[in-house]
Amino acid sequence: MMGRGLLGIEDLDRDDIELILETAAHMKEVGERDVKKVPTLRGRTIINLFFESSTRTRTSFEIAGKRLSADVVNFSPSSSSLSKSESIIDTAKTLDAMDPDAVVVRHKVAGVPKRIADELEAPVINAGDGAHEHPTQALLDLMTVVEKKGRADGLTVTIVGDIAHSRVARSNIYAFTKMGAEVRVAGPPTMLPANVESLGVKAFGSLREAIDGADVVMALRIQRERLSGAIMPSVREYHATFGVDRAKLRFAKEDAIVMHPGPVNRGVELSHDLTDHRPSVILDQVRNGVALRMAVLYLLAGRPQPRPTEEEDS
Amino acid sequence: MTDPPKTAPARAGERAHEAAHEAAHEAGVLLDDLGIRRALVRISHEILERTEDPGALYLVGIPNGGVPLARQIARNLNEIADLELPIGVLDTTLYRDDLVARGSRPRLRKTEMPSAVDDRVVVLVDDVASTGRTIRAAMDALMDFGRPRAVQVVALVDRGHRELPIRIDYVGKNIPTGRSDRVKFRAEDASDGAMEVVLVRGDADGGATS
Amino acid sequence: MARVLIRGGRVIDPATNRDEIADVLLEDGRVVSVESNIDARDAELVDAAGLWVTPGFVDLHAHLREPGQEYKEDIASGGSAGAAGGFTSICCMANTDPVNDDPSVTEYILDRARHESPVRILPVAAATKGLKGELITEMSALVEAGAVAFSDDGKTIMDSDMQRRVLEYSKMVDRPVSVHAEDLTLVRDGVVNEGPVSTRLGLPGNPAAAETISVARDIHLAEITGGHLHVGHVSTAGAVTLIREARNRGIHVTGEVTPHHLVLTDAETAGYDTNTKMSPPLRSAADVDACIEGLADGTLDAIATDHAPHAVHEKDVEFTEAPPGVLGLETALPVVLELVRSGRLSPAQLIAALTCNPAQVFHLDAGRLVRGAPGDVVIFDPERRWTYDPAKGYSKSRNSPWAGQEMQGRIETTLVAGVVVYHVDRGVLHP
Repeated sequence: MMGRGLLGIEDLDRDDIELILETAAHMKEVGERDVKKVPTLRGRTIINLFFESSTRTRTSFEIAGKRLSADVVNFSPSSSSLSKSESIIDTAKTLDAMDPDAVVVRHKVAGVPKRIADELEAPVINAGDGAHEHPTQALLDLMTVVEKKGRADGLTVTIVGDIAHSRVARSNIYAFTKMGAEVRVAGPPTMLPANVESLGVKAFGSLREAIDGADVVMALRIQRERLSGAIMPSVREYHATFGVDRAKLRFAKEDAIVMHPGPVNRGVELSHDLTDHRPSVILDQVRNGVALRMAVLYLLAGRPQPRPTEEEDS
Repeated sequence: MTDPPKTAPARAGERAHEAAHEAAHEAGVLLDDLGIRRALVRISHEILERTEDPGALYLVGIPNGGVPLARQIARNLNEIADLELPIGVLDTTLYRDDLVARGSRPRLRKTEMPSAVDDRVVVLVDDVASTGRTIRAAMDALMDFGRPRAVQVVALVDRGHRELPIRIDYVGKNIPTGRSDRVKFRAEDASDGAMEVVLVRGDADGGATS
Repeated sequence: MARVLIRGGRVIDPATNRDEIADVLLEDGRVVSVESNIDARDAELVDAAGLWVTPGFVDLHAHLREPGQEYKEDIASGGSAGAAGGFTSICCMANTDPVNDDPSVTEYILDRARHESPVRILPVAAATKGLKGELITEMSALVEAGAVAFSDDGKTIMDSDMQRRVLEYSKMVDRPVSVHAEDLTLVRDGVVNEGPVSTRLGLPGNPAAAETISVARDIHLAEITGGHLHVGHVSTAGAVTLIREARNRGIHVTGEVTPHHLVLTDAETAGYDTNTKMSPPLRSAADVDACIEGLADGTLDAIATDHAPHAVHEKDVEFTEAPPGVLGLETALPVVLELVRSGRLSPAQLIAALTCNPAQVFHLDAGRLVRGAPGDVVIFDPERRWTYDPAKGYSKSRNSPWAGQEMQGRIETTLVAGVVVYHVDRGVLHP
């Protein structure tokens, strides 16, 4: 359940997700105004604690916080605590002593946001941890799908790529299954994690089968270094078998949309023409990212103080 | 530590509980549908009297109660003066001054401002005015949408207990109440559905606080 | 010399098939007799009424970190933790700094133990120099110095020819080779058991096959060499099956399992607590079940703690970076008593796995209560509840998955060579 932060979609129930999406839709309206800023979090401090660099996600959180008038501070320690004398727990405690109202954490190792959250008074928002979760990415993906399709319930969503190493895949699997969609995953067997079906999905070794009748085709970003022999022989073979292009997309529903968390390796996960053109909705995803993160910050930011927020009727 | 943000079922349960509580404590109808409609007709005439350029009017309802009231005033002005006025909806939640602590965050409501507010005479419409904090928030929100020529305020009910130097320009009915009492405006969903204002007496222990 | 009479306890000594209310008389550091109503008026009395009295526990696998990493543990603190946990003989692994691959290190450990440890410390020497898997250690000299077994624990000797030579050469000194059985090329960066849990957590998986492949190889090598293979910390159903089959074929294979692999599954890792990171990792419920079954049917001989202290600052890091291992000496008994309470093991089976079985595996004169045996005895209340707080324990480290938890079963008194070295109210009594 939400409340102590947002560590993963796995912890949320459908009502939490609906509340976040509904709030995000209102936040999107704020972003369409001339003055794209509201005073809601004036005087609040949000720390972007990025152990792993990610300009896109960090910028999205930064804009979201600033649109809510929070003071956003970026802090990027060197990636591993082993390279310094300070442990991640020490770093977290040091930051907490500065009284932030929310800490947004990105780390290359799964579980670090959880460990930090265990030590902090402030709520922790997971901005991606290893191959574990990336909850705001999944929520913005869900928001985009609901905008385009009117719902997630009953849709067929196919996630393509390196499922084993993808936090985006895990969060999206939880998000879409909780909202009633059928989720399929597709990738070479070397890129499917052990017991992937235990996550509540159907696994396919062929993109054509996985895409058959899909409403949403979501391609994951592939780390290029994984395409050099260890688990995939070559970029060319990956694109030929699991790259999404218009020919393969013919098997999906006629009105299927194509998603990608970005940045796209053009000609690898998606063909060139799909990257920039319909039915790809990649820029909608980016746009919704800010609104979605505003919603999460609005719902969560604040230090624990037992002061009720009574709704006034004046 | 603190409660998680309220989820829909929690809120539904809360509403059911609230309804039961209100039924037990409802001290009576302060304004019935006819009374409300009469008050809005009077207010509509007052607005016309006091506005030099009625064509510049822009009615903005504060959700939830202010929205059907704004619509009704717009209908009145259309009938009385043949005016086709824009109607906006302005949620004030993001401008509230009490979103300090972590805990349950109020659910946001829709904001929809169909045309620019610059150089318009904006009439903010609220159902029940009291401390003045909502009007303050609404004015701040409004300023983010542009620079209106003037801002005026309508409240169907003014129950006093002002905490800020805010004056209500058009009042449907002044209703002095205890601090622990609650004044509730209700409107049926249909655009010209029945409306009423009821008083809910607070508990002796002050269970209902606003 | 002093005589000690332990009176009125339930004496469980699997080596002699004894399980009855009896008295135990110790004299000059040795067991004199075990029978009912011993009359020994001048003896110091230890009242054991309502308690279990067993041979002192024997741990085939502990890391005491001295020399070299005394900030984690040393022989004094590790020996004290052992005394508080009922262990009277602790075999300490060779991965110290310097590595115990030279008689001088073995002698140093034994010298420190004589002065600092309340319990017996028995060094396990490295099987290869520097644990590098390249050159055999001077096994003969090491045995001469006091080494009881050989092990590169913490590392697997991946070179199969080297492993073969180690097993062959160890026959000369008639000592077991205790192996850390993991195919490291298959483990790669795996930190949790590969399966639904690793997939859910997004942590690199360590497949059960890494252990079974390594155990299978070592069994084949034991078969062709005739050496004594002892498989350390068995964690998988596959390894249990392989060892069972090998024993049935008459191959000289023994095995041990840790308390944590007997009661915890990989589900414990859900909170990313680095105190649930072990090597080998916690496995599935089916693996846990197979390990218990292996212990029950004798496929696995012993319960060994794999006591592996690490400092707080070493564990307070990313899950992938944290060193594997947990404390074990002070919690082993209450943890494994759960298997008796659940009916999976009889009291005699459990006590055998802690006493005579491990003693037999490493050829130790310990683990039984017969006339002339060392007067190493542990007295405990199998029902007594207490809360484990590592900060108040004897180990210098705190890395336990049981921190803060209620335990059932408490050591009351530990005797080594007829002398009380630990009492629940008085603590460790230094020699």
